[in-house]
Amino acid sequence: MEETDWRFKIAHREAWIGVGLALFNFIWWFGFAYGLGSRPVEEYSYIFGLPDWFFYSCVVGFVLICVLVIVIVKFFFTEVPFDEEGDV
Amino acid sequence: MNYAVLVPMLAFLLIIFFIGYWSSRKLSASSNFISDYFLGGRELGGFVLAMTMVATYGSASSFLGGPGTAYTMGFGWVLLAMAQVVTGYFVLMILGKKYAIMARRYKAITMIDFLKARYNSTIVVLLSAFSIIVFLFSAMAAQWIGGARLVESLTGLSYNSSLFLFAISVLVYVTIGGFRAVALTDAVQGAVMLVGTLVLLIAVIIAGGGIPNIVNDLINENPNLVTPYGADGNLTAAYVSSFWILVGVGVVGLPQIAVRAMSYKNSRSMHRALIIGTIVTGFIMLNMHLIGVFARPVMPGIEIGDKVIPLIALETLPPWVAGIVLAAPMAAIMSTVDSLLLLVSSSIVKDVYLNYVKPDATMKTIKRISFGVTGILGIIVFLLALNPPELLIFLNLFAFGGLEAAFIWPIVLGLYWKWGNKYGAIASMATGIMSYIAIHFYNIENGNLFGVHTVTLPVLLSLAAFITFSLLIDRKAYQYNVQLNK
Repeated sequence: MEETDWRFKIAHREAWIGVGLALFNFIWWFGFAYGLGSRPVEEYSYIFGLPDWFFYSCVVGFVLICVLVIVIVKFFFTEVPFDEEGDV
Repeated sequence: MNYAVLVPMLAFLLIIFFIGYWSSRKLSASSNFISDYFLGGRELGGFVLAMTMVATYGSASSFLGGPGTAYTMGFGWVLLAMAQVVTGYFVLMILGKKYAIMARRYKAITMIDFLKARYNSTIVVLLSAFSIIVFLFSAMAAQWIGGARLVESLTGLSYNSSLFLFAISVLVYVTIGGFRAVALTDAVQGAVMLVGTLVLLIAVIIAGGGIPNIVNDLINENPNLVTPYGADGNLTAAYVSSFWILVGVGVVGLPQIAVRAMSYKNSRSMHRALIIGTIVTGFIMLNMHLIGVFARPVMPGIEIGDKVIPLIALETLPPWVAGIVLAAPMAAIMSTVDSLLLLVSSSIVKDVYLNYVKPDATMKTIKRISFGVTGILGIIVFLLALNPPELLIFLNLFAFGGLEAAFIWPIVLGLYWKWGNKYGAIASMATGIMSYIAIHFYNIENGNLFGVHTVTLPVLLSLAAFITFSLLIDRKAYQYNVQLNK
């Protein structure tokens, strides 16, 4: 019977991590933008001069995603050889 | 003519030429011409890989059109643009290691090679080659027009002379250097974009008297500009969110991006590219679109969106700095154009000519034809861009969304779903393209269906088609693993 290539198990896990990260990214982006942004303009507060919804959704969201990508890649991604018999 | 702006731009173009020439010398020493010319020999490192993806993806629309729209729409459009951060990691994480492993096993040089080996079907190959040639050719022509307009607004030369100048610069080094030249110059161009956008953002903030001051001016003019709903309040949450498909996750299906995901040297370069790509994409998109919004109080009354960035740069920066900063959109357009040009010519030479016309062509013939086809394509695009026909503009509208709807499932499910087969792939591509065109016309007549961007439904329909046809006709599990007895 066939045996699943060990590299594929890693590849499949990492692809699912990608899907999860994109979902998290979307929820964060959407939640702050429309959660805070749908208030009347007079109620906005401003952080570094930017409207609060924008600051949390796009600026903090972007920085957070960068940190997450770095952490995920450094700690959860495994290096595998791409060539059939390769050892790099 | 503005020499203080022009000189730094010309210096930049010369550096690009030099890189093209340098990598062409490496090319002539190589033993595997096809793989080197179209794929850079699968040895791109992390930084170059990240930059080539960013530069290919960041086209005229992210540097001229997008900020121009942000200028009219306000913060809502910056929010929309930030959906693109996801491309930085999503493409490489999803295609990722499995695509790299399978591409090597199949000895695939192009995305079509991958589809050919996975589905083992002539119709899939010809259908994909046809869509790539038609759609990307039009996309490329549109970028040439953008490039020529930029040269025109900077130099004061006529449109035709500008186009000529632009065409020569692109052709010389794509024809000579191939993928490696394109990828390397992309890296330089990406770096220019990164620094250029930051300098311009700072200059605009200073010119506007600080961010709080600028935001106040915006609220005084029209409070809607600082909401997520756009200047007229008509950017709905559903519409903006659907751009997550068009410019975010759907980018996985774009052939010019997918081919880059098979070009990396090893998993370490892939990991580095993931990190660098995410940071650089987000940084450039955030900066460029904020510049667009902030430019509004600084220079009110700009009518043509594409001119916002050039005008604001000339206004707020010393001329020679403006020259360098405006090299950024120039870089973006050029790098998009080169990779599209290369991709279209690879579809013709590698996927059609070598597969079906003359499989036993000698190395010398392949070389001659590759240079020839790339050159001839360039000349045709040039002639078309001189006087763009209606059809071209029309096809360009479909280029991104249409290709995404056609290719996303055959690629992604082809990699991960063992039941996917050629009937599913054919049905998925046909459904994707046809429903995209149908919904496009529906939306023009009746407003957006369900309030979302045209691309949304075709992507869902092509998924349904892929699954249905794969399961209904000739269902058979695909064997991803190498047989031990082979």
